[in-house]
Amino acid sequence: MSGSCQGKPSSLPENPTHGQPLWLLAELTYKCPLQCPYCSNPKDFADFTEELTTEEWIKVFEEGRKLGAVQLGFSGGEPLVRQDLSRLIHEARKLGYYTNLITSGVGLNERKVAEFRDAGLDHIQVSFQASDETVNNMLAGSQKAFQQKLKMAREVKAQGYPMVLNFVTHRHNIDQIDRIIELCVELEADYVELATCQYYGWAYENRQQLMPTRAQLERAERITNEYRAKLAAAGNPIKLIFVTPDYYEERPKGCMNGWGQVFLTVTPDGQALPCHSARMLPIEFPNVREHSLDHIWNESFGFNHFRGYEWMKEPCRSCDEKEKDFGGCRCQAYMMTGDAHNTDPVCSKSPNHDIILNARAEAEKPAAEPFLYRNERNSRVFCKG
Amino acid sequence: MMSMEMIPVLESMFRFQWEEAQQCYVLLYPEGMVKLNGPAGEILSLVDGKRNLVDIIGLLVDKYPQAEDLDKDVVAFIDDALEQNWIRGVV
Repeated sequence: MSGSCQGKPSSLPENPTHGQPLWLLAELTYKCPLQCPYCSNPKDFADFTEELTTEEWIKVFEEGRKLGAVQLGFSGGEPLVRQDLSRLIHEARKLGYYTNLITSGVGLNERKVAEFRDAGLDHIQVSFQASDETVNNMLAGSQKAFQQKLKMAREVKAQGYPMVLNFVTHRHNIDQIDRIIELCVELEADYVELATCQYYGWAYENRQQLMPTRAQLERAERITNEYRAKLAAAGNPIKLIFVTPDYYEERPKGCMNGWGQVFLTVTPDGQALPCHSARMLPIEFPNVREHSLDHIWNESFGFNHFRGYEWMKEPCRSCDEKEKDFGGCRCQAYMMTGDAHNTDPVCSKSPNHDIILNARAEAEKPAAEPFLYRNERNSRVFCKG
Repeated sequence: MMSMEMIPVLESMFRFQWEEAQQCYVLLYPEGMVKLNGPAGEILSLVDGKRNLVDIIGLLVDKYPQAEDLDKDVVAFIDDALEQNWIRGVV
């Protein structure tokens, strides 16, 4: 998920090493009716079944608000699966959060859209897999998903919500970027995220199937820029946000604006993480069932581990760009090199940069392997228990 | 030149509120936040969809009788807020 608060967190005087968790992401459940092969949920999600109760979530929201959290995302899995979603929205809104529902639209209906509005929901983000029914349904692993999504996107706008449409792009749909943008304009989206797949979780397993070639990517970016100019000239306020994959960069992304700086995720079973992928790291993260968010954010080992620059190895440690990108992504360093303290291999200064170069070369070949779909049966393969 | 009769209305995309943790007024929108400086927050706190610019300036003059060029500051901010699509103007 993209999007972070644009306002810079004001520094806490007693805690100069980090800001406030402005963004709280509540992953309410790992259950989902879709099986997208680029899902960012952990591959072993089937192992974690003890979901937080309604009251436990409300406590998390209260504690987060006290720490300065202002944006709250209801995510998953598919958050609509939770029967107490209206209640959670209501409590969060009462606390003063700007409430965001991040949904596939599957399981939504006209009545629920209205019920959430009454509960105080501020915004709905609907994710699409493609602009074309066949590709969409192939990726989602569902025959009816596309028509349902179109219907729900129209309903969201009809009921007066701001709407963000999210398209995860990859080699199977990125050449249809013009059709994707036109669909978003037709659906009257306020923001469109054209987010090139990020290779974590299930997407890492399916990378060869998903990663576009450099030519595909450049074409898509050029077309997006042309649409931006055309739409702005026509006075259309729609905003197109194009997220490039870091695999085609020479410097890593400043992941999450720095470890434990603005973002806090809570997983369905209560684990608190500095980003939604961090569960994969060999680090012990605290659980909201055992600790307050204040302790978790300010004191815990997991949240402090990669704050600042002391943990860095070379070439990051002596690099004059470390304050810009914080050494890149810890999860990517771990997945590719086996050590989360290493420089993100995206960086051309990394001794492991050849891993990225090989992935780029691989993207030039036709996709050979079948997709590994994100579902419970496939997840069991990765479970430890 | 904008009409002083114009009634500014907050766009439905945004929510305006005081943030205790930031000690300032903010505009919230999908997945984002704009932190407002003191004067901008004061002006937007008077935007209720009923008051026109004359009313808003009048209230600010009552509150800050010493301030100079208040009307120009308000018009400049409203102009900027229209440009940013935070508000729209109803005449």
